Amino acid sequence: MTISAHPQGEANAPTADPIAESVRKFGITVEDYLLPARHPIQMVNPDGKLVPAGEQGTQPGHEYPLPGDEALLAAYEELVIGRRVNDQNSALVRQGRMAVYPSSHGQEACQVAAALCLAEGDWMFPTYRDSVAVMTRGVDPVKVMTIFRGDWHGGYDPYERNVGIQSTPLTTQLLHAVGVAHAAKLRGEETVVLAMCGDGATSEGDFHEALNFAAVFRLPVIFFVQNNKYAISVPLAHQSVAPSLAHKAVGYGMAGERVDGNDLVALLAVLGRAVKLAREGSGPLLVEAHTYRMQAHTNADDATRYRQDSEVAEWQAKDPLTRMKTYLTEKGVLTEQVEARITDRAEGVAGQLREGLGKDVPVDPQNLFKYVFSTPTPQLKEQSALLADELSREEAAE
Amino acid sequence: MSPTITTSSEANGNVSAATATAAARAAESSKGPESVTLAKALNTAMSDAMQENDAVIVFGEDVGLLGGVFRITDGLTKTFGEQRCFDTPLAESGIVGMAVGMAMNGMRPVIEMQFDAFAYPAFEQIASHVAKMHNRTRGAVKLPIVIRIPYAGGIGGVEHHCDSSEAYYAHTAGLKVYAPATAADGYRMLREAIDSDDPVVFMEPKKLYWSKDLVDLEALREQHVANRAAGVASEGRAAVARTGTDATLIAYGPSVPTALAAAAAAAEEGRSLEVIDVRSIVPFDDTTVNESVRKTGRAVVIAEAHGFASVASEIVARVQENCFHHLAAPIRRVTGFDIPYPAPKLEHHYLPSVDRILDAVDDLQWDD
Repeated sequence: MTISAHPQGEANAPTADPIAESVRKFGITVEDYLLPARHPIQMVNPDGKLVPAGEQGTQPGHEYPLPGDEALLAAYEELVIGRRVNDQNSALVRQGRMAVYPSSHGQEACQVAAALCLAEGDWMFPTYRDSVAVMTRGVDPVKVMTIFRGDWHGGYDPYERNVGIQSTPLTTQLLHAVGVAHAAKLRGEETVVLAMCGDGATSEGDFHEALNFAAVFRLPVIFFVQNNKYAISVPLAHQSVAPSLAHKAVGYGMAGERVDGNDLVALLAVLGRAVKLAREGSGPLLVEAHTYRMQAHTNADDATRYRQDSEVAEWQAKDPLTRMKTYLTEKGVLTEQVEARITDRAEGVAGQLREGLGKDVPVDPQNLFKYVFSTPTPQLKEQSALLADELSREEAAE
Repeated sequence: MSPTITTSSEANGNVSAATATAAARAAESSKGPESVTLAKALNTAMSDAMQENDAVIVFGEDVGLLGGVFRITDGLTKTFGEQRCFDTPLAESGIVGMAVGMAMNGMRPVIEMQFDAFAYPAFEQIASHVAKMHNRTRGAVKLPIVIRIPYAGGIGGVEHHCDSSEAYYAHTAGLKVYAPATAADGYRMLREAIDSDDPVVFMEPKKLYWSKDLVDLEALREQHVANRAAGVASEGRAAVARTGTDATLIAYGPSVPTALAAAAAAAEEGRSLEVIDVRSIVPFDDTTVNESVRKTGRAVVIAEAHGFASVASEIVARVQENCFHHLAAPIRRVTGFDIPYPAPKLEHHYLPSVDRILDAVDDLQWDD
């Protein structure tokens, strides 16, 4: 690797002004560039109809080209699989095959778009609710679920598909995303990093620190906030009174955008452009997706204690899957044969999960000590020997 | 990944950093042992590591052009450019969290927390990620991060500038915690910390920054390279700082010079005290400590931190478990009181002193 040879400090110098550059590029005001659109960008409405370009909720600089049919169909396929994965995993929890599963049911359009907007060498930093995004990025579904099956705290190698381990402590992963982007930038690599979090996470201090660091060092990070309206039981109004979470970007000198998080078409367009801009040197961007957590926080939660059924029903009508299906069917892109093939593939993934998570995979207890350090301490070697002795005596007694 | 970073000065065709350092080395090697401060030793260790490996980068608050509030990073930005030694926004969690990502992506960050108590905002990143990432990913992700923390008191500092915070880190599984007390160890252990694939919390006793030892930096440098080639490290090795026969004083960091002064005073009274410099809290060198206590049969553990639930307590427990039948008296601790670190005019009441150590030694149930 080679850190690109800038004269001292040029890369971090305040004279490099990507905002001015972007404003010049789009021929708009600084305000139009930095502020999110007046309404969340929506390209296909809940009825599956294309929203006329002039009504997509935009002002100058916020017009997005419609993705091509092929890309939309491929994304729809992942959407169907994502929904099937969510429902299969929830079932596996009920059957006692997994300890817990935070479902992204209702948020699958965000999950799919997050994975599809990135290139091979890019990085994604997901949260515990983003399992579908991790699978869509190409990580083995059973490996992804290992964390929830309970035999290790993480199941996949982050370097396999450039996906950080799903973070449980809220928001901390945004700074890891910033660090990965910073290292890549120092070496002159064109890596874009997608840092994912929810609405509750925007209240954490690391949210502020991550956005500020990314902005100050002009790093190609997309902060992708899935605003699903609840942090376990606490509604958005208790987290923030900002006009929108996307507006928070302005305070960091970064552009923010908001998008209908149940409109896969709009998500692909908005995230696609954000990644392109970041790769071209715009610095970081913030994208807020308005979506809804259709199910409880996890199986251990009881959502009826803090929200009304009528609210859930309202969002049921905005389901990302049905609107995409209607749109693509009416467009003639999605035929019965294609739908059947997609359903088959989704069933295949569900079967893979049932089989993989139905197995009792033996875990070597010595692994408890094996990975604490690269070079173990004498004390851990002693403790490892103690456990080995206990186990051998147990075995002898049997 | 094999890092080769072009430094800005080389890229500009200026006098290359390599040439400058080679010249400095030649000058140093001709000097032999000389009077070197801990600050200079630490600075040289970082500079040498940066020279040797382009993946080594230094960042934190005020570490750039200012050279850090204690000047430990003095000159690194000038020599290696703003891409390799730079100031960050003022946010400790941000510094550590960004280091995690950079380490995931091929870098070896050496980061500075400006003061002990100012590192607390970073605690979540340290405890939840720096310490656990290797375990969580079954060794796939290594985080070769050095978190440098100027710590402890004795400098007349205001509140939040004098905490002895080592126990928090030592208690966190997955962190190595080094606590050097001398200039030579400062160089040696910081080089090893930077080379380590495990994260290291590097506790720097700020009252000793300007203490001088007679050190041959060139010899240390050569020794480090030779040790690494041979796979030998001083990690986890305590040092016998002074030999003695009657009792063992066990200390680390800022308490080592105090223990040595107490041993010198005791010698005048005809009592021979051995002083063990723990050097590395994690891993802990039971062997060296046990050997000494088994020989002398008596021990006093000295540390500036509060005694309750402390590193000193851990050492007492280990020695008791390992050396019980060799002990002539209960092991004593001389530590800070269990109070918030005092204001400058009162700190001398708090800090372990020669007299307090000698009183503890007197209490070790001597027959005479």
